[in-house]
Amino acid sequence: MRSDRSLTIVTRTLAAISAAIVLLIIGFLLREAAPALRQLGLSRFFTDESWHPLSSQFNLTPMIVATLVTSAGAILIAAPLGIASAVFVNFYAPHRLAVWHRRLIELLAGIPSVVFGLWGLMVLAPIVATFGGSGQNLFTATIVLGLMVLPTVALLSDAAIAALPRPWIQGAAALGMGRSAIIGWVVLPGARRGIGSGIMLALTRAFGETMAVLMLAGNIVEMPSSLLSPGRTLNANIALELGYATAGHRSVLFVSGLMLMLVVSCIVLLISHRRGHQA
Amino acid sequence: MLIATENLSVSYNGRTVLRDATIEAKPGEILALVGPSGCGKSSFLAAINRLTEIIPGASVRGRIRFDGRELETVFPSSVDLRRHVGMIFQQPNPFAMSIRRNLELPLREHGIRDSGELRRIAESALRDVGLWDEVSDRLEQSALELSGGQQQRLCIARALALKPQVLLMDEPCSSLDPLSAERVEQLIDSMRGQYTVLIVTHNLAQARRLSDQVAVFWTQDGVGRIVEQGETEAVFNAPSNPIVASYLSGRKG
Repeated sequence: MRSDRSLTIVTRTLAAISAAIVLLIIGFLLREAAPALRQLGLSRFFTDESWHPLSSQFNLTPMIVATLVTSAGAILIAAPLGIASAVFVNFYAPHRLAVWHRRLIELLAGIPSVVFGLWGLMVLAPIVATFGGSGQNLFTATIVLGLMVLPTVALLSDAAIAALPRPWIQGAAALGMGRSAIIGWVVLPGARRGIGSGIMLALTRAFGETMAVLMLAGNIVEMPSSLLSPGRTLNANIALELGYATAGHRSVLFVSGLMLMLVVSCIVLLISHRRGHQA
Repeated sequence: MLIATENLSVSYNGRTVLRDATIEAKPGEILALVGPSGCGKSSFLAAINRLTEIIPGASVRGRIRFDGRELETVFPSSVDLRRHVGMIFQQPNPFAMSIRRNLELPLREHGIRDSGELRRIAESALRDVGLWDEVSDRLEQSALELSGGQQQRLCIARALALKPQVLLMDEPCSSLDPLSAERVEQLIDSMRGQYTVLIVTHNLAQARRLSDQVAVFWTQDGVGRIVEQGETEAVFNAPSNPIVASYLSGRKG
């Protein structure tokens, strides 16, 4: 089997390259963060007074919290909307409307994040400001982030539902079960894994999103006391400060990058571990 | 006549797959629908319990009568209709739930909430299909752990639990191993007199053993039609249509 052997070599090489890139990035982050970690130790990033890198204060906790809050909030917005959209196009929308709905969702996925940020700033922030503050806060950032990751949940749930075996749905219908019962008992449980993957992917996208959140969250480094507090995420922190950071400060920023990867990896591992148990 | 169709036609996105199918089935009778693949037999069944409603692009013309009255008048709601006209598919399709829940869920959907009542109906349906002794000690296990033949009998039990008058069966034995297929066939045979059964089968010997009436479907000019029907023995012994004669004798189709 000559062709099989060459394909084996090609797929192995390509897989090795993808894996190597991830490892190289982690290695790079570790190398760049090493001076700061050696000099300061890990605990100071949690116990320092505040984040004032120029005055040697390196507390990352408020930014970790802001990252977690905006991403989790985004999922709370995107998951119900995305799943509802997938159910709608598969079971409730007339064919033509379903086609247009899918196109719109795909379009939403294609909007650049800076445009989302701009829209949030000009349209959403003034509305949120009526609750108090400037409107540039975690709440505004969370809403926009939710809309940005919505297509991921919607499109993956849609694909998972569309891939369900037709006989399952026909079988339930043939037993005289109504549409909502079929969706609740057959469709959603059957598509659970695919929908879960969509939510997971959306969550990692939310963690990674920088620009829109930077434009909307207010960027003040302090422990948020409510959703209406301004905040700064880990990614925004890197984007904002890397331009002027030198030596020690620069290395500290790589620690925050490392921290972000650590948070994301922990959550991904935690969720996939739990799903492994269910399956 | 319990179920009668008159000039029933089914098309998908404007393409007709079955034209002018007219049949009659008496109460308690087994009617076999035979013929090569793709001549509209499954579409015919789907039109009767309005499963065509959930098949995109499907449309049905013609009349269906239930006990002498228009089906639309007797069962305006499809949910109601499907309770009285059950359906069994080629691939056993139990829900990915426990055996008990498979039986109880449709009953609950039809408004039966009392747990004693649910248990009683589930047990009697399982006894009817000869599955009770095999599964009574593991009702809480997933139905997907049963063998293919057991799953199919569970699906039949699930349909019978709703106390239908008519059962539509779309090649219920063809995905099963020979022994399981025989069990299911015996089961269908035992339903004679209690349920009106419309069964699609590619197994001509089975159709002959099982049915009281037979309708032979054939594709003519790209459209499925019923080319011969009548008492099973009469059709098998002396078919009037030459195509049917060669099909039934195994020379064609």
